[in-house]
Amino acid sequence: MNLAELLIEPLSYGTTWRALVEMTILGIAGGVLGCWVVLYRLSYGAESLAHGMLPGLVLAGLVGLPLLLGGAVGIVVAGVLVAVATRVRMSDPDTAVAVVVTTLFGAGILLALSPSSPTGVGELLFGNLLGTTDAQILISAVATLVVVAIIWLLHPRLLAVGFDGDAAGFARIPAAVVNVILLVLVSVTILVSVQALGTLLVAALLVGPAATARLLTRRMLPMILTSAFVASISGLAGIYASFHLKTAAGASVVVFILASFLVAAAISAVRIRFPAFGPG
Amino acid sequence: MNPPGKTIPPSGPGLGGPVAMARDLAIGYDGAPVLTGVEFELEAGMTVGVLGPNGGGKTTLFRALLGTLEPAAGALVIGVSCSTVPQSDRSRLDYPVTCLDVARMGTLAGLPWWRRPGRREREISLEALGMVGMRELADSSFGELSGGQRQRVLIARALSAEADLLLLDEPYSGLDSPSAERLDRLILDLAAEGKSVMIATHDVDQTMDWDRVLCLNREQIAWGPPAEVLDRKVLERTYGGQIVEIPGHPGEGVLPPHHHHDHGHGHGH
Repeated sequence: MNLAELLIEPLSYGTTWRALVEMTILGIAGGVLGCWVVLYRLSYGAESLAHGMLPGLVLAGLVGLPLLLGGAVGIVVAGVLVAVATRVRMSDPDTAVAVVVTTLFGAGILLALSPSSPTGVGELLFGNLLGTTDAQILISAVATLVVVAIIWLLHPRLLAVGFDGDAAGFARIPAAVVNVILLVLVSVTILVSVQALGTLLVAALLVGPAATARLLTRRMLPMILTSAFVASISGLAGIYASFHLKTAAGASVVVFILASFLVAAAISAVRIRFPAFGPG
Repeated sequence: MNPPGKTIPPSGPGLGGPVAMARDLAIGYDGAPVLTGVEFELEAGMTVGVLGPNGGGKTTLFRALLGTLEPAAGALVIGVSCSTVPQSDRSRLDYPVTCLDVARMGTLAGLPWWRRPGRREREISLEALGMVGMRELADSSFGELSGGQRQRVLIARALSAEADLLLLDEPYSGLDSPSAERLDRLILDLAAEGKSVMIATHDVDQTMDWDRVLCLNREQIAWGPPAEVLDRKVLERTYGGQIVEIPGHPGEGVLPPHHHHDHGHGHGH
């Protein structure tokens, strides 16, 4: 079998086609937004939301409601609990968030393993990329358009507020409002990505490509473009790999994201050692 | 309960007229005022050193001038737009921005939230970088500059916000001596262009180069030309009686070492 056949054969399956389209779209949303998640140091928050939403997804499955609705409720509840936990003076914020998130996650697993639970728990944890429907693709495309449009519109202000708190005065937007806007966009992106990648893997899409791009670039626009490219290409490569190697699709995507990060880290290390190879 | 104070909104820069004026001003957070009895009149092109211990009210006054804190009592009139320049050693060095990007952040002040800076804002930013002598480094990464260069880019950010009153928060901290001298010249240049500059500092000697000095220690201790105002008594009240005397310089008060930020600044007397 030659390379062309390796690339073309999977396309004869509708499931693979839809998975490829879905991952390309989600890669753009996750890659672009992820840059701001990384710069605003929200990686841990994004991961917490993704893990903490599990009970919402499981309950939706139990009651027979759309997963999107259950996930939305789950993410709002997780967000509120995390916000409250960080304000309780009993422990440091990281510990408080870890306690809340593991409790929610445990509750979700407990519910999912109950005999009446119809959905396989694996699907909620690791996603069902090959089960992507046309409706899901449409929702992802609309959400991605909205997320990218808002990010584009707010770009100068996001840049200024992230740079320092005093700049919020110039940007005429309070830093708290900017953070809330970002968290809402993160929630939306997690929500539309969770059926493809599951609560455990979705954070990788938001953090991995952006962290990779950060190592390779020194300006914001190249960073955003690189991040979206890495996310989408890792998505495509993961789906092809899973087709030929019969591995889990979502996990394969994450393996490629991790691999790209390791390659970028190696390149970055070489550049620090030998500045002649540095960018610009 | 104090009667509510008021900040009178800008009514356009009056040429030669007062830029900002405080009358029996008290400022505080929620409860009791942390700074009282502030009275000064700031003119265009004036340089003002703001002296006082940490917690003496320098930052509080700057916040009131910026409009982020409402006066608790008295009146504060600000006739021009006002902008702050934070300490450069507190800025993020890992942030993927150029000097031009940072200078351009200032232009956002003049744009509604949905407008992105365009060609005009780019020109304003480059001009501001030119004023601080950083135009040639416009495309350099902000994080790779020296402390003094970063300071100047942050001043350019305030200039591109078209601010006529600049508030510099301990700008000399962390600067080496050539950078400090360069900043001295820049402050005087800005004043010559008609900008008013207020500089929070710990260095008493430094304020001698400026037009006015404002001494704060939870209340206003003194306001006026440094040579007339600064004496041992004022400094003792400003810093709470911790003044020591240099042997051989009777009457000249200096700060105890723990108050003194040693930045190697050459005090061109």
